[in-house]
Amino acid sequence: MSATPETAPVSPGTGGGPLLEVDGLRVGFATEDGRVQAVDGVDFQLEPGEVLAIVGESGSGKSVTAQTLIGLTRSPNSHIEGSVKLNGEELTTLSEAQLQKVRGRQIAMIFQDPMTSMNPVYTVGRQIIEAIRAHDSKVGKRDAHRQAIELLEAVGIPDADRRVDAYPHEFSGGMRQRAMIAMGLALEPSILIADEPTTALDVTIQAQILDLIQDLNRSRGLATILITHDLGVVAEVADRVLVMYGGKVVERGTLTDIFYDPQHPYTWGLLGSLTRLDQPRPHRLPQISGAPPSLLNLPSGCAFRPRCPHEFGKCKEVPGLEARLPEDPNHRDRCWLTAEQKRRLREVEGRIGLEEPRG
Amino acid sequence: MGSDVSGATSTEATTAPSGALLEVTDLVKHFPIKSGLLFDREVDQVRAVDGISFSVDKGETLGLVGESGSGKSTACRAVLQLLKPTSGSVKFEGQEIAGLGRRELRPLRREMQMIFQDPYASLNPRKRVGQIVGDQLKIQKVASGGELRKRVEGLLDRVGLSPEHYNRFPHEFSGGQRQRIGIARALALEPKLVICDEPVSALDVSIQAQIVNLLDDLQDELRLTYVFVAHDIGVVRHISDRIAVMNQGKIVETGPADQVCEHPRDAYTKKLLAAVPIADPRESAARRAERTAAG
Ligand SMILES: Nc1ncnc2c1ncn2[C@@H]1O[C@H](COP(=O)(O)OP(=O)(O)O)[C@@H](O)[C@H]1O
Ligand SMILES: Nc1ncnc2c1ncn2[C@@H]1O[C@H](COP(=O)(O)OP(=O)(O)O)[C@@H](O)[C@H]1O
Ligand code: SF4
Ligand SMILES: [Mg+2]
Ligand SMILES: [Mg+2]
Repeated sequence: MSATPETAPVSPGTGGGPLLEVDGLRVGFATEDGRVQAVDGVDFQLEPGEVLAIVGESGSGKSVTAQTLIGLTRSPNSHIEGSVKLNGEELTTLSEAQLQKVRGRQIAMIFQDPMTSMNPVYTVGRQIIEAIRAHDSKVGKRDAHRQAIELLEAVGIPDADRRVDAYPHEFSGGMRQRAMIAMGLALEPSILIADEPTTALDVTIQAQILDLIQDLNRSRGLATILITHDLGVVAEVADRVLVMYGGKVVERGTLTDIFYDPQHPYTWGLLGSLTRLDQPRPHRLPQISGAPPSLLNLPSGCAFRPRCPHEFGKCKEVPGLEARLPEDPNHRDRCWLTAEQKRRLREVEGRIGLEEPRG
Repeated sequence: MGSDVSGATSTEATTAPSGALLEVTDLVKHFPIKSGLLFDREVDQVRAVDGISFSVDKGETLGLVGESGSGKSTACRAVLQLLKPTSGSVKFEGQEIAGLGRRELRPLRREMQMIFQDPYASLNPRKRVGQIVGDQLKIQKVASGGELRKRVEGLLDRVGLSPEHYNRFPHEFSGGQRQRIGIARALALEPKLVICDEPVSALDVSIQAQIVNLLDDLQDELRLTYVFVAHDIGVVRHISDRIAVMNQGKIVETGPADQVCEHPRDAYTKKLLAAVPIADPRESAARRAERTAAG
């Protein structure tokens, strides 16, 4: 197999349907304290060339969702249900060897801390070269070396022909993240999963990495799943958004839906938590109080109930992920409030936020 | 304790008429770069803080913003005399504290406290929460026994933790809760000045907002004065009355928070502002289009 485009195993969009289709994904872990239901019924589709954001607080199941897509959560104490299809091919039943081929070649993943997936004792170039040659032993060393330099250039690393021989620790945090993206791109995957790629970086470096992700998305049609706790980041790059809470998707919609017509109080709280340079300063940030629930035993009914200032009797029942706005079947949420109530309650000091209703 | 009281009165007598609680002038902190096999020869210097001046009024919040490596933490430590400044003056309530010895500084330690970025590294993992928060009260002989416990429980309550957390260990807490523990510890001695060195940079946005609101509330309740440090000028603008922008060891711009953010004068300030994500997709798309057009 070669990593060149003409022989790439599956090119995006060939079969028409979604590139990636996730259906009823559930991931549980057996632990000493009991079963942790980290992901509890997640469905989504990723279209070729789109950027899908998964947003939520720490512990909401974002990383486990992403890792499970490429089989990284398989273990004796994990229990995985549901289906993950890549161009119609089921991934959950593939063998580890088959999955190895999917990783890198079709789906690349980058993490918050690039050091975890880089080998500190090899130069950055050597790691890229090995990735290329592991998938295609026919590529000569010299060609692979040249490709590595091109990749580093493509992700905006200056002096790539010199830096290719540097070790990961000789790179700054932002450069390391670029190098990891370059490694991910080595085999021309059709999907990039970026799990909090900018969380450990300064905002100035974050802006550069987000620009890079968007560039790659536009220039290569690279479909991207971007995981973050920060809706500000989402606004900068995403096309569609999944908001996760307690292992479930509590709202999903387009960027416009989520920012201009958010339906779930949790989404309001995430929006209200943002300090905004584009708006006058509010007296207080209309944020979410308390902490995310333990996935060992979620609250009954709506999982957000203990932190929701708008809860009422009906919230003791679990709300389904449903289209609750008749005009918009793709905008879905899990909250029992009526659309009219939502419009009224989410407004706090002229912006969207989560606060005890007054009066 | 005795020296503490006399220290307080003597400083009051010399309080600057400006009402500044903290006045920093030409503060410099250089670190030597050493090399050599047998002898540590100083070959160069890292100019971490390279002559900065600012003042903070009572009850005010000064935001200190800049990228990693711009010298913010070094500045904080040099102000608090946790690092010996290379040169320059630091006046607290009008009293020069730069160059004071350990013993002379002790009473001032009560007045000036610090909150750190990393809520994991900054709490001793072997100590219980009650001990961490109460240690300084005990060491400075402010309280002991049942009184100490009551005060610590009061502090925990004030920062949004439960008194039942008294006997727990730091690892049992989330990042946000650990930051609350750090805040309770900093407040134990009822300081006047709290220097918050990137207290929210490592936290989820939702938890950042909780901590920012908590710091706001505590300031109102306890009439605290803050220096608030971050790399995100969006967060800094929200909490600060005035902002000082730091780049490569120097302050490049100072002014009222809204003015600095709405009418930045320095190119570096503009760069920091342009990097903050805009949580309004239409505006952020417009800005991105501008940026791509520009180069
Ligand atoms: N291997 C594992 N064993 C047990 N629990 C796990 C494992 N991996 C993740 N979890 C738990 O699953 C939950 C969701 O984690 P994660 O997906 O990492 O959240 P997020 O990425 O949204 O912060 C957490 O409570 C975490 O502790
Ligand atoms: N103890 C030290 N010895 C040598 N250099 C240091 C020391 N502490 C900080 N520096 C250097 O000083 C500069 C400023 O660092 P720091 O004050 O930590 O910046 P910031 O807090 O803005 O990220 C950096 O170049 C850093 O490497
Ligand atoms: S269902 Fe009830 S508790 Fe849940 S988010 Fe809606 S109002 Fe709040
Ligand atoms: Mg995660
Ligand atoms: Mg620092």
